[in-house]
Amino acid sequence: MVTNQAIEGSFQLIGGNFENAGNASIHLKQKLTELGIKEDVVRRASIITFEAEINVIIYAAAGWLRYYIMPQYIKIIVEDMGPGIEDIALAMQEGYSTAPEWIREMGWGAGMGLPNMKKNSDEFKIDSVVGEGTTVEMVINLTS
Amino acid sequence: MKLLDFVKLLSLDVKSYSDGLQQDVTGGYASDLLSDVLANSKKGDIWITLQTHQNIVAVANVKGLAGIIIVGRKEPQKDTLDKAEAEKITIMTTSMSAFETAGRIYQLLKFT
Amino acid sequence: MEILRATIVSAADNSDIDIQGAYSTDLMSNVLYYHAPNSVLITSLVNPQVVQTAEIAGIKIIVFTQNKKPDKDIIELANQKKIPLLITPFSMYIASGKLFQAGLHGIRNN
Repeated sequence: MVTNQAIEGSFQLIGGNFENAGNASIHLKQKLTELGIKEDVVRRASIITFEAEINVIIYAAAGWLRYYIMPQYIKIIVEDMGPGIEDIALAMQEGYSTAPEWIREMGWGAGMGLPNMKKNSDEFKIDSVVGEGTTVEMVINLTS
Repeated sequence: MKLLDFVKLLSLDVKSYSDGLQQDVTGGYASDLLSDVLANSKKGDIWITLQTHQNIVAVANVKGLAGIIIVGRKEPQKDTLDKAEAEKITIMTTSMSAFETAGRIYQLLKFT
Repeated sequence: MEILRATIVSAADNSDIDIQGAYSTDLMSNVLYYHAPNSVLITSLVNPQVVQTAEIAGIKIIVFTQNKKPDKDIIELANQKKIPLLITPFSMYIASGKLFQAGLHGIRNN
């Protein structure tokens, strides 16, 4: 591993701002690649970050994405001030989506975001309060 | 095969970042659902889609795709092209359908 | 069907269907826009609207890619409308590629 101290960064996400969607993901990808992290981990981290960004942009007023690169793992925490999720188990089902039509026309909102995030992380935690917001915490291990 | 080969053989119109035409193409991916492309496409794939909005650039960038072909005579939005130039993503267009574009690229990659 | 290594999941009888073209997309509004009668629709979007759109557009067969399985309701709807549903393990790109190889043409939108 090329670092022995934590590297961290954060991004503010603005609801409805599709223009900047993917910026955090691309930034993290570059950072991880520079650090020599193996390609599969970089790919997974990119996917979970991008999907997390998009969820905040689609559903919330605003949110933050923070990443921590530690010697043993990468942790990504996404917190938003959005409507919250009433039924998390339902939301985690592949294909289930509450996205409006115009979002689906863009090719988002097919109900694969949360499942993709869980699938590509080694640890996945989601908490939500309706009317307040949602927090997702994901970890990808760097050592197996 | 290089992206330039496909542009010539299939008469594609190049709309952004023509420097990207020197890239190698190793496969193809056809989808209009961005989460699907994020999850399943591979680095070096050409992405075939009807989508024209700027998020396609970030997706192509993050996945290391060789380029994007927008089909069915759809025109990429201006924001999309600006972003594509900035992030060095080659976008091409064609009047062919996704089916035909995928079909021809598949054939070319398999048999050359 | 063999080309796509596909399995049928619906009850409809498809032995007499004459297919004149193929259309690959995940966006149903585009299916209607591009007018593709007597064709096979190749898609990864699995929901009842796909079947409804297919009926309106005159699509004769639906192929779902990447082994995506339609649920009971979707199959029931397709059976009512007599549209065979097939599942292929291949991606839309490869499924399109193989069918194109085999001589099926795309829709020309002029």
